[in-house]
Amino acid sequence: MAQGVWIVAEQRDGALRKISFELASTARKLADQLGTEVGAILLGSGIEGLAAQLGKYGVDKVYVGDSPALEPYVTEAHAMAAAKIIKENDPAILLLGASVQGKDLASRLAGKLATGLATDCIDVKIADGKLLAVRPMYAGKCFGEIVTSTNPQMASLRPNVFPAVENAKEAQSIKFDPAIDAAQIKSKVLEVQKDTSGKVDLTESNVIVSGGRGMKGPEGYAILEELADVLKGCVGASRAAVDAGWRPQKDQVGQTGKVVSPNLYIACGISGAIQHLAGMSSSKYIVAINKDAEAPIFAKADYGVVDDLFKVVPELTNACKKLLA
Amino acid sequence: MNIIACVKQVPDTEAQIKVKADGSGIEEGQIKWVMNPYDEYGVEEALRLKEKNGGDVTIVSVGPARAMETIRTALAMGADKGIHVCDPALDNADAYVTAAALAAAIKGMPCDVIFCGQRAIDDDSGQVGSILAELLGIPQLTLVTKLEYAGSSVKVIRPIEGAQLLVETALPCVVTAQKGLNEPRYASLPGIMKAKKKPVDVKNVAALGIAVEAKAKVAKTTPPPARPPGKIICGDDPAQKAVEVARLLREEAKVI
Repeated sequence: MAQGVWIVAEQRDGALRKISFELASTARKLADQLGTEVGAILLGSGIEGLAAQLGKYGVDKVYVGDSPALEPYVTEAHAMAAAKIIKENDPAILLLGASVQGKDLASRLAGKLATGLATDCIDVKIADGKLLAVRPMYAGKCFGEIVTSTNPQMASLRPNVFPAVENAKEAQSIKFDPAIDAAQIKSKVLEVQKDTSGKVDLTESNVIVSGGRGMKGPEGYAILEELADVLKGCVGASRAAVDAGWRPQKDQVGQTGKVVSPNLYIACGISGAIQHLAGMSSSKYIVAINKDAEAPIFAKADYGVVDDLFKVVPELTNACKKLLA
Repeated sequence: MNIIACVKQVPDTEAQIKVKADGSGIEEGQIKWVMNPYDEYGVEEALRLKEKNGGDVTIVSVGPARAMETIRTALAMGADKGIHVCDPALDNADAYVTAAALAAAIKGMPCDVIFCGQRAIDDDSGQVGSILAELLGIPQLTLVTKLEYAGSSVKVIRPIEGAQLLVETALPCVVTAQKGLNEPRYASLPGIMKAKKKPVDVKNVAALGIAVEAKAKVAKTTPPPARPPGKIICGDDPAQKAVEVARLLREEAKVI
């Protein structure tokens, strides 16, 4: 019978990404409820040393697939290796990160294992011995509770939502042969162009300062950049601002952009069109600064300021600077 | 080139979504239906490849009878023919069943590139393109923002967190389109007239010979949890209000 709660850990350039610890902690919690073990699949080249770090967050067994063919990440190779070890061990539950790589791998694996997958979950629990995964649909306009009838029951977890909690276990590291058939790998990463701004991705940022039509033009964003710098956050944008060419597409928050859930989302000059609200409503705290007291964004805000953002934002930057000094 | 673009009909982004009282899904009565925005990028890229390299573009959609409008929209944009997989047995299809239906419809057709949207903005699963690629035994390139065709392969740009990847893949493959790939065209009036006469093959589950039992089921649909009412910071002085917000973020919310 299928048992065990497994994760696929995510590493890049030889370091585990934060989502891996969020996955490990969540898997630990589910495994304790089921009275079973936590397994982690770790794939890459020269990465065996990372296994102990997963133990720190509650993993009992780390299955290490170490091969030059697994670095850099290519969907087919990782899916092949993960599917092999999963089929050999038959876990009941399998969690991945809803990061770019995690989603790419999770969906391919769901196809390979012919099982059900709930994408981008914000809550997972055990109900009647089965995984119940809660996820936003229609970009958060409603939520679905997903139950999977096949094993492993798969879910990908939204980054930044599940806490990473230390829970030290003596993780046992188990090497396995990923058995990559090179003839079947049709894709090749030719180049990795790193973003040199030093900023994390919007979906991984704890603080997002976002601007909309009210910014009046691309130059208006300078004051948002300053506030974001003070708060060690990133700048986001509404669809209106991106479509106007004021900000790059990767900054767009909303139903046709990124869905984000930072600790703090500061919406400046954003009225709150439903398709924008969909992308940021799961933020822990929301501040809205807008001249229009009737703007729908205020209905979602924890703190609202009805005023000219060009006057409020620089003052907010100063006030934060003082508090953080 | 033989190019396939998969499309899905979804509620417009401006649509209010109301959950049915019994939690069994959403109320569909008032919804305006459109082509999934990410699928539009796929259709546009398919048309551009055809215009540059010759060939034809086939639109494939899984959906109820109304999805025919979306297929016609893609034909009006310039695609050549359509396949509509339409069967009440697919009403509760999950990503796996949808991908299996697409794969069964596509299998045997000559194809170089299959486009899908990176996700549909209704269920937001983002799985169909990858599962389709797996079922057809071909590679996938997800979240593509730039594509260059080079005969037997494509080179694409895929943004990931904090970087962009340049990836090359042998054809055939599945490409899932991300915003930024192109600017989709509008259908012209002559295009709309011509689309009415283009062939669309309607297929049901029996014709495709697929299993329709969903692997992941939506057991319950709920409205999003309501956020507690917020505070409006009052006063005339923007500076004072800013100081108060900073204080609340620090002392009450504890997020800075």
